[in-house]
Amino acid sequence: MSVETAGTALARPIADRIAWALRDGLVLTKRNLLRYVRIPTLLVFSTVQPVMFVLLFRYVFGGSITGLPPGARSYVNYLLPGIFVQTAIFGATQTGVGLAEDLASGIVDRFKSLPTSRSAVLAGRTTADLFRNLFVVLLMTLVGYLVGFRFQDGVVKAILGISLAVLVGFAFSWISAAIGLAIKSLEAVQAASFVWIFPITFASSAFVPLAGMPGWLQAWARNNPVTIWANTLRAFTLGGAYVASTGDSLLALILKSGAWIALILAVFVPVSIRVYRKT
Amino acid sequence: MFVAPARPRYDSPMSERPIILAEGLRKSFGDVHALRGVDLAVAPGTVFGLLGPNGAGKTTAVRILTTLLHPDGGRAEVDGHDVVRDAEALRRVIGLAGQAAAVDPNLTGFENLEMVGRLYHLPVAEARRRSREVLERFGLADAADRPARTYSGGMRRRLDLGASLVGRPKVLFLDEPTTGLDPRSRIELWDVIRELVKDGTTLLLTTQYLEEADVLADRIAVVDLGAVIAEGTADELKAQIGGEVLEIRVSERSRVAEAAGAVLGLVPGGGKVDNNTGEVTLPVGGNGPAILTEAVRRLDAAGITLSDIALRRPTLDDVFLQLTGREVREVERAAPGRARRRRREVEP
Repeated sequence: MSVETAGTALARPIADRIAWALRDGLVLTKRNLLRYVRIPTLLVFSTVQPVMFVLLFRYVFGGSITGLPPGARSYVNYLLPGIFVQTAIFGATQTGVGLAEDLASGIVDRFKSLPTSRSAVLAGRTTADLFRNLFVVLLMTLVGYLVGFRFQDGVVKAILGISLAVLVGFAFSWISAAIGLAIKSLEAVQAASFVWIFPITFASSAFVPLAGMPGWLQAWARNNPVTIWANTLRAFTLGGAYVASTGDSLLALILKSGAWIALILAVFVPVSIRVYRKT
Repeated sequence: MFVAPARPRYDSPMSERPIILAEGLRKSFGDVHALRGVDLAVAPGTVFGLLGPNGAGKTTAVRILTTLLHPDGGRAEVDGHDVVRDAEALRRVIGLAGQAAAVDPNLTGFENLEMVGRLYHLPVAEARRRSREVLERFGLADAADRPARTYSGGMRRRLDLGASLVGRPKVLFLDEPTTGLDPRSRIELWDVIRELVKDGTTLLLTTQYLEEADVLADRIAVVDLGAVIAEGTADELKAQIGGEVLEIRVSERSRVAEAAGAVLGLVPGGGKVDNNTGEVTLPVGGNGPAILTEAVRRLDAAGITLSDIALRRPTLDDVFLQLTGREVREVERAAPGRARRRRREVEP
């Protein structure tokens, strides 16, 4: 570090830099969201699959799933929280795809040549994807309500549950961003995402209770953060009887879920920004 | 055809401190040496052309000067800001338009410019005002509220150029601004570029076209294999190449060598013989008509028939041949691997 660097940094105080980073991030969030306004079919396509999953799991598997925890009452009540988490994670893969697209189109070069905050391009993308995920989860809730799903424990916890799903998606967006920026090729990014996303979402309690899985898989699934998030979301939607059956308190579940999200962000926000700077 | 330059040429050497300065810039990608010690000095308010074939290192130089890449060695500054140590301050005084039209196809023309204005940290009202102004100036006012994906290639390129101007940069970098455009759009874009440097903006542009550098640039640096091999005004370079070029095509391939023997002695430097195409090319300086007449006389005396003979303006090929003894095509054929490895370096 040279003397000049220190001088420049002092000339632009930290608070100022953060304020600009936020404003730049908002400008770019708006840019990324306008894409869905201009091409509404994009939004349709990102909702078709989750909605189909809700319906398929509800009607195809619903009758065969046994050993539901107390409070669930029916499979659809068990399923929806899990599928919120799964959808948010799948949706997050679009972050990497979008960034790879931006790299290929040359617009990232423009952003980098501007006095724009370095983190804003990534933050603008992950934030826009957070809003898209929120929209998708709300739509799934609506579809869920049509096929028998009900929040069991009030509006506040329903909101907390949906917020959790969206936050999980946000954390995964940063993983996806690092992958998208590192791999660059659009098709490869898409293919690469599903290699790691399928095992972690399906080998969890997202769709079925762990009891039916073989022992070795249970060991993995029990420690899979997706299980922790799905169970925490169920604690919000299914109520006290369910929480009691998990052997944890609601607070403990929230803390564990939050710790995993914080861990992912703590690792992948700096990693993504680093990869972005070097790209 | 050469279009007359719209502004006076600055033939005199630099009297002020250069606004763009590069000293011994080096950059490698693996074992590909994109830049091998490039020196540049551009006077404020002038237009500087970097002329060279694909893979010469033009884009790498621009990417370093606009802080997108760090050099491996040497140093560079723009408006007194070092490209590495002072990158953030540097970005506030530059504008960049690359080879791809880097606009968002889903945003309208206006939204694209407003976004860039905001990212330059202009207040909202100012960003909007300037966006309208730029759209007006670039003949895009009617298309302002249409998504950019509905624009033609030429319109998109103008929008891209406009985006680089919203911040009113002191120094503008245009990387092959007209590559891929049809001749009409190219000439339109030249007018736009000439217009925008009128108010004193310094412009560095890269091009593969000698004609383009000639029309737009006050000074030209010819780049090859990551080094500047010649620098001067267009006139100086043309004088170095020798004005016009005489091109002879021999009907019978078997007699190409004989024809070459007859005419090569007409110019001091000698020329180029291509046995495959039956072409003999020689730089004739300002003596075109006299040498043409003499060449016809000699070939006729030797009983060699021609399918074509013409005087033409020198091209980048000729500059290159003159300066390096190689042809642009040979250079590009010799480096197929490097195009793949350096995806962003490839000029379409």
